[in-house]
Amino acid sequence: MSTLRVQAPSAARPPQSPFRRIVDDFFANPVATFGFGLLCLIVFFAIFAPLISPQNPYDLAQIDVMDGRLPPGSPTATGGTFWLGTDDQGRDMLSAIFYGLRISLAVGAASTVLALVIGLAAGLAAAYVGGRFEALVMRIVDIQLSFPAILIALILIAVLGQGTGKVITALVTIQWAYYARTVRSAALVEKRKEYIEAARCLALPPSHIVFRHLLPNCLPPLIVVATVQVAAAIALEATLSFLGLGLPITEPSLGLLIANGYQYLLSGKYWISFFPGIALLLTIVSINLVADQLRDVLNPRLQR
Amino acid sequence: MLVFIIRRSLQSVVVLLAMSLIVFVGVYAIGNPIDILINPQADQIDRERAIAALGLDRPLWEQYLVFLQGALGGDFGRSFVHATSALRLILEKMPATLELAFTAMLIAIVLGIPLGLWAGLKPNALSGRAIMAGSILGFSLPTFWVGLMLIMVFSVMLGWLPSNGRGATVDLLGVPVSFLTVDGLRHLLMPATNLALFNLALLIRLTRSGAHEALLQDYVKFARAKGLSNRRVIGVHVLRNILIPVVTVIGLQFGSLIAFAIVTESVFAWPGMGKLLIDSINLLDRPVIVAYLLVIVTFFILINLAVDILYSALDPRVRLTEAKG
Amino acid sequence: MDRLLDVEGLRTHFFTRAGVVKAVDDVSFTLERGEVLGLVGESGSGKSITGYSIMGLVDPPGRIVEGSIRLDGRELTALDPDAMRSLRGNRVAMIFQDPMMTLNPVLRVDVQMTEAIHAHDNVTAAAALERARDALARVGIPSPDERLRAYPHQFSGGMRQRVAIAIALLNKPDLIIADEPTTALDVTIQGQILYEVQKLARETGTALVWITHDLSVVAGLADRVCVMYAGRIVEQGSTEQVLNAPAHPYTQGLLDSVPSRNVRGARLRQIPGMTPSLLDLAPGCAFRERCSRADAACAIAPAMDLDPADPLRGVRCHHPLVAWT
Repeated sequence: MSTLRVQAPSAARPPQSPFRRIVDDFFANPVATFGFGLLCLIVFFAIFAPLISPQNPYDLAQIDVMDGRLPPGSPTATGGTFWLGTDDQGRDMLSAIFYGLRISLAVGAASTVLALVIGLAAGLAAAYVGGRFEALVMRIVDIQLSFPAILIALILIAVLGQGTGKVITALVTIQWAYYARTVRSAALVEKRKEYIEAARCLALPPSHIVFRHLLPNCLPPLIVVATVQVAAAIALEATLSFLGLGLPITEPSLGLLIANGYQYLLSGKYWISFFPGIALLLTIVSINLVADQLRDVLNPRLQR
Repeated sequence: MLVFIIRRSLQSVVVLLAMSLIVFVGVYAIGNPIDILINPQADQIDRERAIAALGLDRPLWEQYLVFLQGALGGDFGRSFVHATSALRLILEKMPATLELAFTAMLIAIVLGIPLGLWAGLKPNALSGRAIMAGSILGFSLPTFWVGLMLIMVFSVMLGWLPSNGRGATVDLLGVPVSFLTVDGLRHLLMPATNLALFNLALLIRLTRSGAHEALLQDYVKFARAKGLSNRRVIGVHVLRNILIPVVTVIGLQFGSLIAFAIVTESVFAWPGMGKLLIDSINLLDRPVIVAYLLVIVTFFILINLAVDILYSALDPRVRLTEAKG
Repeated sequence: MDRLLDVEGLRTHFFTRAGVVKAVDDVSFTLERGEVLGLVGESGSGKSITGYSIMGLVDPPGRIVEGSIRLDGRELTALDPDAMRSLRGNRVAMIFQDPMMTLNPVLRVDVQMTEAIHAHDNVTAAAALERARDALARVGIPSPDERLRAYPHQFSGGMRQRVAIAIALLNKPDLIIADEPTTALDVTIQGQILYEVQKLARETGTALVWITHDLSVVAGLADRVCVMYAGRIVEQGSTEQVLNAPAHPYTQGLLDSVPSRNVRGARLRQIPGMTPSLLDLAPGCAFRERCSRADAACAIAPAMDLDPADPLRGVRCHHPLVAWT
């Protein structure tokens, strides 16, 4: 390329650890910092939902159907305020959203972690073993990735039936392929380097090669993909719940809350769908902002 | 080139067969085929008759062949709810979905490529950054929620557009289409825009990164060194290069548009295949589900094939290596 | 009569996040019509940027901060973009290093040639094609008609470079800037291309600025030589003067490190140290760290010292190897 390559001044600053540098580069972008802050806030709400909610919306003793469909800002019987209004059963929307965040995030995170482990194992194995095995695994990955997630999810739900475990299974089945593909590409790049051949010649055990060499090289792209995928998983679960095919009513995620409010939309009681939607939106946007910045920061090509 | 097409077609047939096997296994082996294919309301005598008729007491591989035979003939069984051929039901609803998908893709292309090009050419200007920020929103906003918000604003608050259903249709070459009527367009606008959002964001980002990378290439510098006008450098040199990946993405995304239409059709009560699928899942009308799956899978495979061929037609490097290889 | 090219005090700096890179720092040279000037230096010496500065192709974050570039009396740095564009590819053309990347891979060769003609001349498509064909024949490409309809990747490296040369010659420019055009080619092809270019330049009377890191190329081709180091010209003169009686220690070092100049069995001579980073340039002579003749006086940057008897001969050094009498 004819563009000018600028050598970073070598001895100008004391050397930083890579982690430090990543953290510095990450927070250099104010938008990403904002996204990260927002995400921390959301996670905090989700984890401490029972402690900070004004009301436990799923404790039947605490709700009164006479309080149903009140607009935001209406007073409660005990002198408090329904800050975001109530739904048709009289549940405080704010509390319902906190609890819903909890479930949405938990399902999203759990499925991502599981899919990551499976995809990582498959991708590393494929890259290391190579040959027919690799070709087979990647073929499966390719075919699966050529179909849209929602379709696969619907097929699986239709076949397996509904329920939390089934939803997580569906999400994991959809996601593992992304991780497998990312991991395998990164591992292949590393595998082609000569020191791997040298390590093999030295008869180092495969586990050593895989874990000490191939795995660390896959981590940066994997982190980026995983972050994006958490957001995608949350969005997909919300969509499924909205369609009535996701989590059961006993575990009301944000998607279900939105679905609940759908019927009241046309009569002007927008808050039952609107506020859970905002919560969902903020969650996904903050994760995507963080993922975007992570991608830029961890991209070796942009390092010079 | 011909060899390429034939080879890819054969591959597609293989994949299609594999998918039919998977669907078959999923329905007949994993799920309980008796529940899936026989109306749960049927009484015992009817059930036994149906079991015999459907050959569910035969060995699995024989069932698969029967299934395959039926599938090739277009027979996927009869809908429990509507008592007509499942396939016929799907084909009736297909034009509505295709209309929605095409319109959405059109919106995404017409808006996405110019905006992405602009953002790629002026990455540091306020407009460029605003476009990119907007595209993140397009990705992040869950489609169904945007649909709800659109209804809330344009139907409930402003009362400009109808909130559900499809408008008046007109027959075009024997197929009912609604975009030729004003009423049809009014009904089409919101769902199509809703469906277009994700792809719009995708195209903006893709075009922008393509343009950004292309501008760093030597051939752009060389084109400028020849004294070509900026319009020609961008419009011909840069655009031709980024169109290749963009066109392939558009093609591949079209399939996912049809799948995503499921959600949009539910939100806007648009009478297409997607809504049919959701209703069928809720009503446990399983023959329709099976038929939909196989139709969609076929669709996908055809689209992938078309995109591969299109890609090789657009990129001369691929075309020629295929001819030699 | 005006000189063809008069560069005076050119400074092109890049304003990056890490600091200011003074890629070209006070460069001055002249060129007569039909003359061949060799611009020699290592990677990072600023020679390519000098070429881009003349063409007006310096991309942000770089720009010309000071100096004048006069082509046939016209001040190039003062021209507006449109005026500069009409000169590029017309009065002054450029050949780049890697022909694969400078030709657009998705456009046919005839398109890439005729557009250079159409940008500056109002001719019919047929006439432009005719000129393109002639140009290809002139640079020694067989069966030009077929070749015109081909794509760049169907050519070998040497042929592609010939195409690039043909494009440069299309509008009969007064000056061609060649940026390491043979570096990416095989040695045997290098020789051919060098010969062709030399012949063509003599035939058409086109002046050449040949940018290279390879002294042997310059030896056979150039009339005069400018040696660049860290963004400055450290020595200039006729080829014979510079190569046979180098005045600057750096030039001497370059000549010494050519293997064929060394005695067999003796240790190869090298210039110790590394090229400095242009970001952190210490004040004073940039070659100081690596020079065996350096002393305290070199802490002050030397100015270009011209030989009063021959103003084209000059050296930028406090302790030159040759003194002007």
